[in-house]
Amino acid sequence: MLIPRRYLRLLGVQLKASGLLALQYRADFLAEGLTSLAWTFTALAPLFVVFGTRPSIEGWTFHESLLVVGWFTLLQGVLEGAISPSLTGVVEHIRKGTLDFVLLKPADAQFLVSTQRFLPWRAVNVLSGVGLFVYAFVSLGRWPSFPGVLASLVLLGTSVLLLYSLWILVVSAAFFVVKVDNLTYLFTSIFDAARWPSSVFRGVLAVVFTFIIPLALMTTFPALAMLGRLPWTWLVGAVVGSVVFAWVARRVWLMSIRHYTSASS
Amino acid sequence: MSLRTSLKALPTMLRIGFSEAVAYRAEMIIWVLATTMPLIMLALWSAVARTGAVGRFGQAEFVGYFLAAFCVRQLTSSWVAWLLSYEVKQGTLAMRLLRPISPLLAYATEVLAGIPLRLLVVAPVVAISLWVVGAGAVPASLGGWGLFGLSLVGAWLVTFYLNVLLGTLSLYLESSQKLMDIYMVLYFVCSGYMFPVEFFPPGVRMVIDVLPFRYQMGLPVELMTGAHATGPALVLLAKQWGWVVGLGVVATLVWRRGLARFAAFGG
Repeated sequence: MLIPRRYLRLLGVQLKASGLLALQYRADFLAEGLTSLAWTFTALAPLFVVFGTRPSIEGWTFHESLLVVGWFTLLQGVLEGAISPSLTGVVEHIRKGTLDFVLLKPADAQFLVSTQRFLPWRAVNVLSGVGLFVYAFVSLGRWPSFPGVLASLVLLGTSVLLLYSLWILVVSAAFFVVKVDNLTYLFTSIFDAARWPSSVFRGVLAVVFTFIIPLALMTTFPALAMLGRLPWTWLVGAVVGSVVFAWVARRVWLMSIRHYTSASS
Repeated sequence: MSLRTSLKALPTMLRIGFSEAVAYRAEMIIWVLATTMPLIMLALWSAVARTGAVGRFGQAEFVGYFLAAFCVRQLTSSWVAWLLSYEVKQGTLAMRLLRPISPLLAYATEVLAGIPLRLLVVAPVVAISLWVVGAGAVPASLGGWGLFGLSLVGAWLVTFYLNVLLGTLSLYLESSQKLMDIYMVLYFVCSGYMFPVEFFPPGVRMVIDVLPFRYQMGLPVELMTGAHATGPALVLLAKQWGWVVGLGVVATLVWRRGLARFAAFGG
């Protein structure tokens, strides 16, 4: 895939702007770090309660589930640091009508709105996630195999792509629903289901979380890959699936943009 | 803003609030979709219960519990904290203050006016619960319904006052967003929203009984599914209404003092 040089330079500019802004508020690093730690621990409470009743659930032990939570926490860092700050921005643009200015600029609108704001300090959650991996593997008494780590890194890419595409879909909804203050809330609360190994979901929910809102692909697959339990076919399926999902999201976005211009003119 | 003028304006405000709720019904659908966590937790706990009951909870009991939790969340939720901090930040609170009605009352009616539409979502869920679980999904006697109703009103008030308190803090702090995030996590974990509070180990359980969260969610759900005999239920209700009164007083005081600061800022 060819990305024009211009866009790379543009990304650099946007990243630098957000980075400089973050450096102005260095104390936030500590605040974010502390909240991230407190958050991670509190969010583990349900896990402790669930596994307090059974040693394993649907083939997942406590420490194996910690890996899923680790992936969830890591992706939450990506989401809050790189994806959702811009989401709130777009919703604000649509509400105030200032999206017109973005659309007028001589660059792809999706690219511009997706890179308008990064909050590097929010990414502390990524570290908490990695910490959970280390703890889980130390407790399991073994380390992931090299192909396992490689596969999980590939899946990290597909997960971020899926998360981003899902975000684009939610933002697209903002064009159709007028009062959309709680779209971010909707997004995080749907994402919250990714905290649990996907095998606990059966029937309709299993289908929804694998194919429609592919949460299973985002957290359970990478955890399985780390454990060396992910079949190769699933890995390929995840890569193909996430590319298709991203393509669909792009189509929906373009359609929504058309809807927006026709509504405001 | 005397009590009489406020009371006289109340029906009109409720009517306006209801019209707004109908006008923004798409927003309510988004909200309902965003509060489906009890269904996720239901799936999870059903998976746990597949190999045998957990305490007094088999699969059917979990269905009853979490569908009730979904309904209670719909009826007691409040977004005043977000509204307040947004209006403080944007300065539009000044406009509300010009009106001859206490903003707190205005917020309360706005939330209350949304309830009739919420009932449209709740009714089929209760029906499903009755169909799956049987008569155990709702209180068995008229007295039971009364206690449940009282706990629902109490839960609404605790949630409302906590929201006012959190929102008012944005008059003191630069951003109370972080606090609201922390509140949400505590609410999810400690209230009985993700799992019945009786699953906490005994030591933690004592702390949970003292905190306000379980009176926002756990108590009405337990009373709806008939988990308590009348005696213990009354004790729990007394604790809940203790929180209602306490939070009511504190929230009003903090609100009044905060308002003085707001006036000084905008002055």
